[in-house]
Amino acid sequence: MTISAVLLQLFQDTLVVLIAPLLLGWVNQCRAWLQNRSGAGVLQPYRNLAKLFHKDAALANNASPLFRATPYILFAAMWLAAALVPVIATDLPLSPAVDVIALVGIFALARVFISLAAMDIGTSFGTLGARREMLVGFLAEPALLMVFFTASIISQSTSLITIVETLAHKQFVLYPSLAFAAVAFVMVLLAENARIPVDNPSTHLELTMIHEAMILEYSARHLALVEWASALKLLAYTTIGIALFLPWGIAEAGDWGALPLALVALFVKLTAAGASLALLETISAKMRIFRVPEFMGTAFLLAVLGMLIRFLLGS
Amino acid sequence: MSAVTPLDLLGASILGWMALGLGGLFAPRRAILALIFPAGAAAALLVAGAALWALGAPAETAVLPLGLPDLPFHLHLDTLSAFFLLLLGATTVGISVFSIGYFRDMDRATLSLLCLEYHFFLAAMALVFLADDAYLFMVAWETMALSSYFLVTTDHHVPEIRRAGFLYLLVAHVGAIAILMCFGVMQGGHGDYTFATMRDAHLTSFWASVTFLLALFGFGAKAGILPLHIWLPEAHPAAPSPVSAMMSGIMLKTAVYGILRVTFDLLGSQQWWWGTVALTLGLLTALFGVMFAAVQTDMKRLLAYSSIENIGIILVGIGLAVTFHAFHKDALAALALTATLYHALNHAFMKGLLFLGTGSVLHATGERNLAKLGGLIHRMPKLALLVLVGSLAIAGLPPLNGFVSEWLLLQAFLLSPGLPQSYLNMLIPVAAAALVLAAALAGYVMVKFYGIIFLGQPRDEKIAAAHDIGVWERIGLTWLALGCILLGLFPVFVILHIDPVAQLLVGHTLGSSAAQTGWLMLTPILPERASYSPLVLFLIIAVGIFFTLFAVKKFYHGRLRRGPAWDCGFPEQTARMQDSAEGFGQPIRQIFELFFGIVREVPSPFDKKPHYHGETRDRLWDLVYLPIARLTETLSALVGRLQHGRIHIYLLYSFVTLLALLAFIR
Repeated sequence: MTISAVLLQLFQDTLVVLIAPLLLGWVNQCRAWLQNRSGAGVLQPYRNLAKLFHKDAALANNASPLFRATPYILFAAMWLAAALVPVIATDLPLSPAVDVIALVGIFALARVFISLAAMDIGTSFGTLGARREMLVGFLAEPALLMVFFTASIISQSTSLITIVETLAHKQFVLYPSLAFAAVAFVMVLLAENARIPVDNPSTHLELTMIHEAMILEYSARHLALVEWASALKLLAYTTIGIALFLPWGIAEAGDWGALPLALVALFVKLTAAGASLALLETISAKMRIFRVPEFMGTAFLLAVLGMLIRFLLGS
Repeated sequence: MSAVTPLDLLGASILGWMALGLGGLFAPRRAILALIFPAGAAAALLVAGAALWALGAPAETAVLPLGLPDLPFHLHLDTLSAFFLLLLGATTVGISVFSIGYFRDMDRATLSLLCLEYHFFLAAMALVFLADDAYLFMVAWETMALSSYFLVTTDHHVPEIRRAGFLYLLVAHVGAIAILMCFGVMQGGHGDYTFATMRDAHLTSFWASVTFLLALFGFGAKAGILPLHIWLPEAHPAAPSPVSAMMSGIMLKTAVYGILRVTFDLLGSQQWWWGTVALTLGLLTALFGVMFAAVQTDMKRLLAYSSIENIGIILVGIGLAVTFHAFHKDALAALALTATLYHALNHAFMKGLLFLGTGSVLHATGERNLAKLGGLIHRMPKLALLVLVGSLAIAGLPPLNGFVSEWLLLQAFLLSPGLPQSYLNMLIPVAAAALVLAAALAGYVMVKFYGIIFLGQPRDEKIAAAHDIGVWERIGLTWLALGCILLGLFPVFVILHIDPVAQLLVGHTLGSSAAQTGWLMLTPILPERASYSPLVLFLIIAVGIFFTLFAVKKFYHGRLRRGPAWDCGFPEQTARMQDSAEGFGQPIRQIFELFFGIVREVPSPFDKKPHYHGETRDRLWDLVYLPIARLTETLSALVGRLQHGRIHIYLLYSFVTLLALLAFIR
């Protein structure tokens, strides 16, 4: 572990926490453009956060300490997840502590805590949201893990750094197994980040909401942290997708000259990914909640298929 | 020759437990609580210490001057025994201390009997781990079964509990017969029942397979492997909570010990398809257990089904280890075996903690039904915190202990490509997927378990009178919760202690590679391949939390208002508007409808007094058990025809039998 690596880790920590709302703002802006609206601008999430942080927090009478602690746990967990993914360089000292399986574990930890917090007040919407979130989660988690396993078997490692280094060094070959995994991954990304077609981030319609139903009782700084954590989660998922399926351009260990280029590459990739996400959301319709298990089941089966192809055919 | 050996200490503890149990018959009520249970906990601590010592010491044997003439009891303490004794001792400390507080309201007659059975149960389990011949093993095994049967039926005035106890005894004895036959096959007609001769006997591959299958069936009945799980969800809720904790945490592991002892130690060599059988059965058990756990409405039944799931996961690990060992991939076998043993240890701590936690809830509220609980985090904050640790651990979340063993097991799966069997290469990815699905569902189950009991609003008025746990309960639970945390944060130390067991069973260890980059980082094979450091993960998250907390307070403010819940502006909110336990399980019931036998009574629209009733049944009852029960009844009726109750007819039977025997033997 060198000083430069530590500096790089600190740089990435700061970078992800600062640009996460920007990615969310960009996706929302693209959606607005695609829907023929002028939109609120890419900086709107920052304004929202600032507004929420300044307000007085209102807490339900029977809120327990668990309810108050959850936004902080959520934020720290998602921050850690986003900070671990090698996006600009593969020289991250924290990355060996958490491999892909542990990364999935961190997402599960955050999901369990937000679901428990949603059940804490004991309102009808909170428990409903918690149940639906866990329903989506228990199917999304194995699908995500299977995607990671496919990449792990190709690179003979569950460490994200080794996976990215192996995949970045290969020439551009289309692995059938990775193609299946990519489709599954996009489906998981949509579900886990409460995007259309699984959930709609911009609605408070009682019968369909999942994520919003869970955080109804949060306000002010707690809500700000939960929202920021969601933005970090979206960024983490997007960067994981980039790291697994479009790793080219990342700076190798000790290669400082490649860093500016890697930074530019990251911004280009994030811009493209955000625009694609907005497009995907615009052209698809929200599905009924009862169809969600089918959707997630498809993602799971696709991911398993990808891994099976890798196991049996080695391609 | 040193004066005292680990075996001496263990023997002393076992004798101590028996003496304590007998003493309980004569001691007054106060003395049982104030002296005997604490002394039992101290003996358990001694067992744990001696077992830890024995893990690093050479194996010991002893022949006891007890038993039948020419058939003395043999004891053998090797690392496998020591590991399971460590599990037994370490978990029992917490459970016994908890019992001091938990049984304080029990009347003397019940308490003294319970004390006897409790300590004999412990002694019998320790002897199972130490036995070195089939005779002592079966004696200890049956003592264990009988004492636990009496413990389960502590409240024998309740008909359901008597029924649950009978079912348990029945399945336990069907299993015991299979184990007896398994030993019978292994001794091969020599008449020598020591394990040492069984090790030397070389069975043909057919008889070895018969032995393995008999052991899987016999020990599977005790462990709750599908389809022999049927007694578990009945007996665990019936027993007092510390007993449930011991049965689920420790007794199920005696079956794991038995399978490992027979498969790896006594049989010597394995065939790869045994591993496939165990793997498939384990996966089915795990998925079945977790699915049923998700739809339960009784908190102890929910935990019983969760135990079935965890036994399934352990069996998956055994299956992988057998497969790898049969293909001479010893490093991988060591990895899978380490994961298995680690999970067994973890499960003892987490399930002990959770069962004791439900005991405290039951004690405080008198309610086992999830539909009547809720909001206990306000009434019992200390218990809520401790149970939260157990719930997160069993949901397999980092940085707690349940995650480490699942992580190791998944690494074993990921390293398996390239086995010389194409069927296996097809099965293993699917098996990994199924295992991951079961693990993810466990998270769902635990959110339901914890959320419904401790969070939300109380669903019944009497919950409001609940009081928090006393000091003994708190010490016992804290011991187990600390175990969950430490086993999760320092996996390298744990693996170094599992190493001698892996060395004994598969001739390879994980420790040298696991600790190659120091105690902080767990690297099962190579640092580039996989690494995980729960301590670092925990510290980063903790730093993140405190940094955020500090920054928010520093830059903004900490102002807070309390008010009624918002709930989208609905004015009327009652506790009944929350999800019930059934409601929370509804998505699982709908998705996996095929596997549940669902009975619904929906009233007609014109019903004046509508009555709703829904029940989720285990289909295996109808498909397997009821036909067997009916067949048994028919056969018994046929046998019954022989009986007339007149003495001369019975004399005639004896005479005819004698004649037949004479003609036959001649």
